[in-house]
Amino acid sequence: MSSPVTATNGAQFTGIATVEDAGLQGMITLRGDLSSKTLKAAVKAATGAEVPEQRKISVVEGGAAAWMSPDELLLLVPYGDAVAKTAELAQALKGEHALAANVSDARSYFRISGAGAREVLAKISPVDLSSQAFAPGDFRRSRTAQVAAAFWLEDGGEEDSFRLVCFRSVGGYMFQLLAGAAHPQSAVGVY
Amino acid sequence: MLILECPYCGVKAEETELAAGGEAHLKRFGPGSDEDQFHDYLFMRENPKGVHFERWRHANGCGKWFHAARCTTTLEVFGTYSAQTYEPPQEIKDKITAKRPGWSWREFSDGAK
Repeated sequence: MSSPVTATNGAQFTGIATVEDAGLQGMITLRGDLSSKTLKAAVKAATGAEVPEQRKISVVEGGAAAWMSPDELLLLVPYGDAVAKTAELAQALKGEHALAANVSDARSYFRISGAGAREVLAKISPVDLSSQAFAPGDFRRSRTAQVAAAFWLEDGGEEDSFRLVCFRSVGGYMFQLLAGAAHPQSAVGVY
Repeated sequence: MLILECPYCGVKAEETELAAGGEAHLKRFGPGSDEDQFHDYLFMRENPKGVHFERWRHANGCGKWFHAARCTTTLEVFGTYSAQTYEPPQEIKDKITAKRPGWSWREFSDGAK
């Protein structure tokens, strides 16, 4: 039996911010009517998190639910539980117009932390990342250089810490892109 | 740089996050229509100097289609609205009328005779 690995296999780079492969993460794409009570209960049961507000992520111990679009959520669960949780969701949502799919192995997952974290993302994404505009708990799906990605700012901690999700097929590109943007001599000093 | 607010996720998205989808409010003429109608549906497009309605997709975002009303000469955006409609909502029409009295585009206009 082969053991699962991530696309960048634990890669790490430190410059004006630390960019690292955040390891294996269970991810479930859930589409359906986000105002439905059945769906809300199913999300709560699977992740422990509430259905988030528009452009927000609700994080709890060991799970999270992120707002992807008016009819789509990204659920984060422990990697080993993803298959079982997807089946549980499908069972709980029987009769609803909804779909749950396990996408854990179709995504790459990164952490960008440190004093320059906002700047690293701001260089590659058309998003206002100032601390007034982008606060912990905010979630944003956008473009990073040439590829689509979603990122959010984690709660707490002295330094900013972002999590970023992209397609696994562009995981290698994403790491090099982030590492390039975090080059030690590339500080702009905007934020 | 064109900045449009996506009506589905409320993001002020800039052009690189969006994909253009051509003219808005096209009425499809398919099987059963005559050749002239099909020809016009397929090939005839507005190319106005001024008020224009377009379809856009928030491709690097929520992925939803929406409509935008804007001015082709000044790049001013009058507003964006849901794609689930056959014509621009009154609120958008009013905004255009306030800035471009006497405007008209295909069968839509400011309503004044």
